Amino acid sequence: MLAAEAGAATSAGWFLENAWLFPAVPFVSFLLILFFGKKMPKKGAEVGIAALSIVFAAALAAGVQWIQHVNDAESAHSTEETHSTEETHAEEGATTEEGHSEEGATTEEESHDEGALAVGGGRSAVLGPVLAVPMAEEGEAHASVPPVVTEWISDWWTVGGIDFQVGTFVDGQAVMMLFVVGLISLLVHIYSTDYVHGDIRYTHFFAFLSLFTASMLLLVLANNLVMFITAWELVGVCSFSLIGHWWEEQNNSNAALKAFLTNRVGDMGLLIGMITLFFTAGGGRTFNIYDINVAAASGTVSQTALTVAALCLLAAVMSKSGQFFLHTWLPDAMAGPTPVSALIHAATMVVAGVYMIARLFPVFFEGMSIAGGSINAVALIGALTTMVGGSLAFVQRDIKKVLAYSTVSQLGYMVMALGVGAWTAAMFHLMTHAFFKACLFLGSGSVSHACNHSFDMKTDMGGLRKYMPKTHATFLVATLALAGFPLMSGFWSKDEILAGTGGFGLSEKANGNYQLMLVMGLITGGMTAAYMTRCYWLTFMGEWRGANSPNAHHGAHGHDDAHATAAAHGPAEHDTVAGGHVSGHDAHDAHDVHDAHGAHGGLPHESGPRITTPLIILAALAFVATFANIPGQFNFVPEGWRLRFEHYVEPKGEYFPTISHAEFSPIIAIISLIVAAVAAGAAVAYYRRAEAEDPMATELANGPTSKGGLPALGYKVLANKFYLDWLYTDVIVGFVKGPLARAANWFNQNVLDGIVNGTATVFKRTAGFTYTVLDQQVVDGVVRGSGIGASETGGLLRRMQNGRVQGYAALMFAAAAVLAGVFVLAV
Amino acid sequence: MWLNQFLVLGAVLFCIGVYGVLARRNGVMVLMSIELILNAVNINLVAFGAFHQTPAGQVFALFVIAVAAAEVGVGLALVLLIYRNRSSIDLESVDLLKG
Amino acid sequence: MVAQNIFFGIIAAAMVLSAIRVVTTKNVVHAALYLVLVLAGVAAQFILVGAEFTGVTQVLVYIGAVIVLFLFGIMLTRARIGQEMDVDNERRWIAGLTAVLLFAVMTFALVDAFEDTDIEANAALAPQTTQAVSDSIFRDYLIPFEAVSFLLLAALIGAIVVARRE
Repeated sequence: MLAAEAGAATSAGWFLENAWLFPAVPFVSFLLILFFGKKMPKKGAEVGIAALSIVFAAALAAGVQWIQHVNDAESAHSTEETHSTEETHAEEGATTEEGHSEEGATTEEESHDEGALAVGGGRSAVLGPVLAVPMAEEGEAHASVPPVVTEWISDWWTVGGIDFQVGTFVDGQAVMMLFVVGLISLLVHIYSTDYVHGDIRYTHFFAFLSLFTASMLLLVLANNLVMFITAWELVGVCSFSLIGHWWEEQNNSNAALKAFLTNRVGDMGLLIGMITLFFTAGGGRTFNIYDINVAAASGTVSQTALTVAALCLLAAVMSKSGQFFLHTWLPDAMAGPTPVSALIHAATMVVAGVYMIARLFPVFFEGMSIAGGSINAVALIGALTTMVGGSLAFVQRDIKKVLAYSTVSQLGYMVMALGVGAWTAAMFHLMTHAFFKACLFLGSGSVSHACNHSFDMKTDMGGLRKYMPKTHATFLVATLALAGFPLMSGFWSKDEILAGTGGFGLSEKANGNYQLMLVMGLITGGMTAAYMTRCYWLTFMGEWRGANSPNAHHGAHGHDDAHATAAAHGPAEHDTVAGGHVSGHDAHDAHDVHDAHGAHGGLPHESGPRITTPLIILAALAFVATFANIPGQFNFVPEGWRLRFEHYVEPKGEYFPTISHAEFSPIIAIISLIVAAVAAGAAVAYYRRAEAEDPMATELANGPTSKGGLPALGYKVLANKFYLDWLYTDVIVGFVKGPLARAANWFNQNVLDGIVNGTATVFKRTAGFTYTVLDQQVVDGVVRGSGIGASETGGLLRRMQNGRVQGYAALMFAAAAVLAGVFVLAV
Repeated sequence: MWLNQFLVLGAVLFCIGVYGVLARRNGVMVLMSIELILNAVNINLVAFGAFHQTPAGQVFALFVIAVAAAEVGVGLALVLLIYRNRSSIDLESVDLLKG
Repeated sequence: MVAQNIFFGIIAAAMVLSAIRVVTTKNVVHAALYLVLVLAGVAAQFILVGAEFTGVTQVLVYIGAVIVLFLFGIMLTRARIGQEMDVDNERRWIAGLTAVLLFAVMTFALVDAFEDTDIEANAALAPQTTQAVSDSIFRDYLIPFEAVSFLLLAALIGAIVVARRE
């Protein structure tokens, strides 16, 4: 690393130019684990952890080099202008580095991060074309920072004069994702060594974690859309495999299938959008992301094409990033092991869609006319998602499902932010959300680890703060961050998004006037605070309900749907299990892969260091990430500390549209704070009253939903997830299978057969006529042939779906022949 | 000799092969018809190779022959499997795709 | 070149007739034997255009190996040696129509495109020597060649896996 840095003086940096290492290392680890993992002393986990350590270290190095790259570009630029700003950066950077390096081991990663974000560079090497892009709203000139684009193979494959390339595209955004993916994947690997310890497919699990990381890194670094879609699908496959990790249970394999098939719907959008861009952007016929972005940002591509492409790509985002109305797979995906939920369904894979919008931002920015608008499809989908996810999180009993819907909601936030043009806010939220949501998920896994592998908050949790101090503290920090508690990272990123909407003129320098988005965002902020309070309260406050709960005797059922749980573990079953002793191994032995539970005597316990250490690191990051993007007008903070994230992550150059950055708005911050506080306060008051009535209660006995009327109706709608699953499986599929199929059948039977039989009759009549007129010996066969042919046609039409391959082949050949004939005649 | 002599001969064989593939009930006979199709393609390849004075035509004809050998092997294995499962290689009885 | 044309005509006629018998005969073994005639005709046509290596390979691989494989297949599936009823399915007319339609389109396209182009138009009908073919395979088409050999290996294993008894 040091040698590489030393040699990087004249280039953009070794790690930036050799970014292929990032996906390659975990991929090699995947192969090693897959083929040799079972023979290794730690069953392959050590290879995965080693590979991820390399990736993470390299990501840090790449971060440092990227910052130098940015600084170099700016100093080269400022030698022409003025260097006062730049010198300040360098000095501040040095101070920051020293200050952080003295901190303890738990925040070591962070110190690297912060150091990385603030290291100054005095290099003056000129890096490629350095252009000045005047940013009017900033009042100062910014240097253009060219991304480091490397082609490993410039003509991997040539078809029709088009070169398909393999290469990497590294800029601040990619480096940020490398850091996030590398860190969280590493922590999840460490966590998993304890969490899935003893699992029957332990090695397989680590192999796929590695493959997943490799695919995600490939997606992050792809420099063309072909690579991008490849990585996108690979990520989907890994997700499928990991959700269905415990496929012995029907629910889990169904959830895996659902995730995969739902993603297919959106992938069609990605494909079509990609093809549209291929033909329209970048002078036509290019998959290169940089070229497409330059073309889209320069306004040379037709608005219509960009709009079509953006809408198609939005469909892909909706499926991959769990946006409303294709979000239904994400909560079901909680059937996978908890570390997977943390890695894939909170921190990395589901942000692939968000990342794609950010990566192809010019396409969306121009295609959706984001600047100066007040509503557009991206922002609306995001805003709807954020509210839907937030409201559904209220009615879940399963702690992981609460977090899953919360993820849906927060992803909606990010998409909404991108939709209103607040690019930096979205990326910042992506990063902070990755930290605290991973922390929450891993925390929920730790909790479940202690509670007999149940995820049911109402029956098996409560009062855990006494038993699990570390998990409790980290969970609390992450909850506060998610709920937007002041000074936590989530507060800043959420507030930047809300300011970015520019609604009602409450914030300045926003890109448009998205009032609806601001309102919905504020409401969701309140909902987030309330449901997280509920989740936290049910899990950690009050008395532990696990010991008295009949469900406790049943061990793991956490992967079931919350509602199915109650039904599956009916009273009849309870009678058959004796005593207060926890017998964690009944119907769910496949899950119960951890150390014996009988030894715990029923009381929850704190998890081991391999589980708590990642939690502590993530909780620390959830707080420290605050400092990554301190608002610009906080003058009491030194210049070099403010807006570091925006400064280094946001692309500057002709491949990015000129966007405006909303300033921190105290009014919005106060309003959102009040909303969140009131919501959280209401939730606390509700549960305090419930607790006062009965220490074991989880809901108020005579709460609003028990009285019927509107609240009960609302609860019913939410408990049924807005009836979306019902709509998909019963209404749409049912319609196709039932009435539509019957209608088609009727049409076949009555109309088509009528036509066909009529034709056959006519032929036969004609045949009879010619029989008497023409030479019987010569024509007879032909005529009878056409008669039979016609009735055979009838048979074919009626029984087209007869399951005989030759029939299908005949159709195919005939159709091909007809098409070929058309081409031959037409051309 | 005209180029079209060979090409039309190939077309005739191809179409006869297509008829066989579509109309035969016996699995082995269907495989034979597929051989007809592949040979029709080979004739075209070799004829064009001669026409353009390039060995590529023959090279690809050889590849097709190799692939055809592999195809026959796997195809007959499949037919055997069908026979073992159903005591018949009548393709009309293989209709599990029926909707 | 008259003699060549005559030979072409004779061989082509024999091939077409045999091919028609392959797809119409009711006897499976006869079908295989007619197929031998067609394949031999194809080999003869190869030699006629000067592709002698391919012609020889055609004889060795097809007539020598593939047909034997077919006969084994016929034997192992205990097909009745002799006349069989219902060798064609009820869609034979559709199949025939499709084939005729295909033939019409292809012939039209071919005649339209090449009319009476002479096969020797580019150069004297110099045979593509075996040396040229082997140079081409092992120089320009080495990777496809390796791929094909790998495919053969895979097919070999696949056939064993599919057909072996448990």
